[in-house]
Amino acid sequence: MVELALMGKYIGAGLAAIGLGGAGIGVGNIAGNFLAGALRNPSAAASQTANLFVGIAFAEALGIFSFLIALLLMFAV
Amino acid sequence: MTDVAETGFAIHPMDQFIVKRFFCDAAHADCTTNIEWYEITNVTVWMAATVLAIVALMVFGSRGRAIIPSRIQSVGEMIYGFIYKMVEDVTGHDGVKYFPYVMTLFLFILFANLLGLIPGSFTTTSHVAVTVTLALMVFLGVTLLGLAKNGLGFLGMFWVSSAPLALRPVLAVIEVISYFVRPVSHSIRLAGNLMAGHAVMKVFAGFASMAVISPVAVGAVTAIYGLELLVAVVQAYVFTILTCVYLKDAVGGAHH
Repeated sequence: MVELALMGKYIGAGLAAIGLGGAGIGVGNIAGNFLAGALRNPSAAASQTANLFVGIAFAEALGIFSFLIALLLMFAV
Repeated sequence: MTDVAETGFAIHPMDQFIVKRFFCDAAHADCTTNIEWYEITNVTVWMAATVLAIVALMVFGSRGRAIIPSRIQSVGEMIYGFIYKMVEDVTGHDGVKYFPYVMTLFLFILFANLLGLIPGSFTTTSHVAVTVTLALMVFLGVTLLGLAKNGLGFLGMFWVSSAPLALRPVLAVIEVISYFVRPVSHSIRLAGNLMAGHAVMKVFAGFASMAVISPVAVGAVTAIYGLELLVAVVQAYVFTILTCVYLKDAVGGAHH
């Protein structure tokens, strides 16, 4: 029974880590669109880097939440 | 952490984050359990080192006050100017008076991240307890400041007046939830990034003991170390700029 619970714990941690893929897609999307926009209008790019980092931070946060769930399953549960 | 003693190959990527007494011999005593709040641990030692490094930078940087700055003076001036411009750009003119707090946060997180990259050192910002303290102080400070400055008008932030009337209660619930999730994401982002990066570095360092892939592993550790330098600076920047964004809600919430 303990082995079964342990197996469930590890499988759950692995499943939770899938969420990081979504964060990767989101961050790549933001950076790619920023680059596309910056190449069209390079003079406006410098003033938008703050927005770029805020957007990346928000997108990344959701992936970090799933990473946190994975860590909690591995080491705290 | 399961020990794979049978194969003689074990990686403990999370062992670097264990809080232990600093003046303690692990061979003779138990250094990790029953730590009282007044005891000197590796966390407090590296936090003190962080503060000392910042003080050293600022004291030696501002000692000369030369027209043509020395190297350390230009580093101090660059950081000061960078953060000052960021606060002014993001929070507007009213937010500049909170610049010292933002500067303090940035320097503390930056130096804690960078000192944590010294091999054998301890990354204080990889602990959620440390980052939650920083994030909660920002959250409480911003909330109290907003209520003090705008009164109950601060709560108008949750009532989106540009949306159709029927949608507003739903949006208000979502806005309230997202407001209270702020300190969670603010702190977990910093701690999670630092912890994940250092754990990955340890995992690759563990692979270096396997003869076949050790050249690849050593190269990978070097590459990840470079990435971690970038992450250390970017995460300090992100934490600070989010503080500015939150501060804008409190300071200029009524105007936008």
